[in-house]
Amino acid sequence: MASNNIPALRRLPLSFLPNLLREIIECDFKFPVERVALTRELDHLGALSDAQVADLFGTFYRIKLSTQLENLDWVNSPAQFVEQLSAHLWTTHQLDAFRTAATTYANELNVVTALDAPPLPRLGISIIGQGVGSFDYVLFRKLRPHGTYFNRIKPENGLRILLDAVKARAEVHPVPYGHWYIDGGESADSDSTLTCISYAALEPVRAALLSRVHAEIERPGMGPEVLRSTMAALRPADLGVSGGDEVLRRFQVRLLTEGSGTQLFSTSFAQWAAREVLRRAQPVTLLVRFAPRQRQKPMDELLSAVPAQPEADVLGSLVDADMGAYYNWLNQQRLPGAAQSRFLVWFEGHSSALAIGPPMARGTVSDSEGDLKKLLTWLL
Amino acid sequence: MVVTFGGGARDQETFAPEGQENIPNMMRELIPRATFFTQVVNRGILGHYVATASLATGVYETINNFAVLPPESPTAFEYYRKDRKRPSSDTWVVAPSNGFNRIGESNHRSYGQGLGARVILPKYLLKAAMSGSGADYEHLLRDNYENPYYTPELENKEFELEQLETILKLSATDFRSHARTLSSPDELSLYIVRQLIRQVAPSFLWVTMHDIDVAHAGAYSLYIEGIRRTDRLCLELWKLLENEPEYSGKTTLLILPDFGRDADDDAGGNGFQHHRTGDAEARTTWLMAIGPGIREGVIYDRAVESIDLVPTLGEILKFSPSFAQGKPISELV
Repeated sequence: MASNNIPALRRLPLSFLPNLLREIIECDFKFPVERVALTRELDHLGALSDAQVADLFGTFYRIKLSTQLENLDWVNSPAQFVEQLSAHLWTTHQLDAFRTAATTYANELNVVTALDAPPLPRLGISIIGQGVGSFDYVLFRKLRPHGTYFNRIKPENGLRILLDAVKARAEVHPVPYGHWYIDGGESADSDSTLTCISYAALEPVRAALLSRVHAEIERPGMGPEVLRSTMAALRPADLGVSGGDEVLRRFQVRLLTEGSGTQLFSTSFAQWAAREVLRRAQPVTLLVRFAPRQRQKPMDELLSAVPAQPEADVLGSLVDADMGAYYNWLNQQRLPGAAQSRFLVWFEGHSSALAIGPPMARGTVSDSEGDLKKLLTWLL
Repeated sequence: MVVTFGGGARDQETFAPEGQENIPNMMRELIPRATFFTQVVNRGILGHYVATASLATGVYETINNFAVLPPESPTAFEYYRKDRKRPSSDTWVVAPSNGFNRIGESNHRSYGQGLGARVILPKYLLKAAMSGSGADYEHLLRDNYENPYYTPELENKEFELEQLETILKLSATDFRSHARTLSSPDELSLYIVRQLIRQVAPSFLWVTMHDIDVAHAGAYSLYIEGIRRTDRLCLELWKLLENEPEYSGKTTLLILPDFGRDADDDAGGNGFQHHRTGDAEARTTWLMAIGPGIREGVIYDRAVESIDLVPTLGEILKFSPSFAQGKPISELV
């Protein structure tokens, strides 16, 4: 792909090019929509006149780079270049200029290379609060202004109903990597029509990663930047992951090597996984079920020297997941077809849910009764 | 006394209307007595060490956030000690992690060596005091939340234990026992501050809080818990100052976050979790000032900058911050 586009790439400023090159290198392991977007981007860049390139990349060209950056082997190590560029931009107070340039470019790219809206309105579902009984917390606070709050939903068979609805959409509209189920605990279902990932299934990978990290930090000369680069360079085989779908394997490993907190907290994992699925795979359907994360021990317990089994923090996890659901919706709304997208968040095992989409009034409360199947009918 | 309310707290979880429930103590007890600035802009690098160094020097520092390096410009502590001819025991920094070990003193040729503040790293003290106890505190001692697996090693364990016993008048046993009753590293910092105030009574004390930065782990509830704890600790600190004869009625307390965190709607970030985008919400935060001569219950919406802190301290403590780039905040001096 790079060699087919050499003339186009040669015209691009060094403050921009390694970022694009990094994407091209990863192309074989990208999701289908990412490959389409990258191809369109390169076609677009190749079709621009020199004057258009100068105009579009003017701010990027004005970014001043250090000699050290210019001399870096960015062709073979674009990721390392990008990491050092980031530090350089902060240090030289050019970050704001770079942000402006990047935003302008992304806006233009979105117009020129925008992917089509999905074949049916996108549907995002977040299930939060697993294991929570009573609590004192106002749920869906950030989402309520955007949709209708239902407080008389029958919770029976809720998870089954939602999973079946997701599977039904996948069967009717089969799209590679188009329908996802992410579980912050153990997966409640596995179906070949869905792309499934779960925190529990990745436990051996997390353990291998943490073991690897502990070994790395013992090495002389190891520092935070080197460690981050080392983690980012890890491949599935390095962590004992083999077999199956290489694109998905790499994706899952990156969730753990590049995500922050994903190795420790299941709520962080579920939220970050959803963010990355939405950003990269642009799914038609995404169901995210948050599960209780381990409790963060306070200092007095850590100092007690009394070994204790990890405990779950169900109430803290509810708060995490409530915010996570808001972020899931925000990230979904960044995708094509946002005006037609639907979103549902349900407090698992309880009668509270909130639905967002064209059929739903904003900022209202409904006391309509029904189960989640009925609610989906109203929403879709 | 300067307290950084950190590390990294957004307006929407603190003084914005929807965040005020997280800071009941400051809202109820401190705000009515304070002058409050709603917009403090940090135009520098948004890493905790380098941002704290910028706050302490009045210059947007560009040192590596993760290296144990001194600030390049003179710190407020150096200006104060040199201009006022104060001994080293009069300026102290209590900071959360090994990475802050050099925050007290720059490498500026006109200031630097021997003119800075003395620095106490409570977690490092704890490590020295707990040595051989068998407790599972490795997780607790992680140096920062941005790179939780890496802790720069310092060489002076003996000096730290000497600080504990000769300066803070604490035996390692008492320190260990008390640490076992506290829930977080910032609570340990407050404990150290209390000892410092009672045993040394410095004129210029800087406390860097850091519990809030657990947000990097992505758990919103822990981030909020950190804010609520810091809110409580700020009130405890103010009460401590009010109740100590050396400080009561003659101490100015300045509280401000080092910076905010990324906005929810910035696609380049992941909301509260990090401070990487440099967007307005990550750069804009607040400042609260309380003390004699400070107007009570006044709110200013005009923007000031992080680097205005040192020139303002210069007016309050009567030193001349020659290399600082900010301006004194006229409403506070």
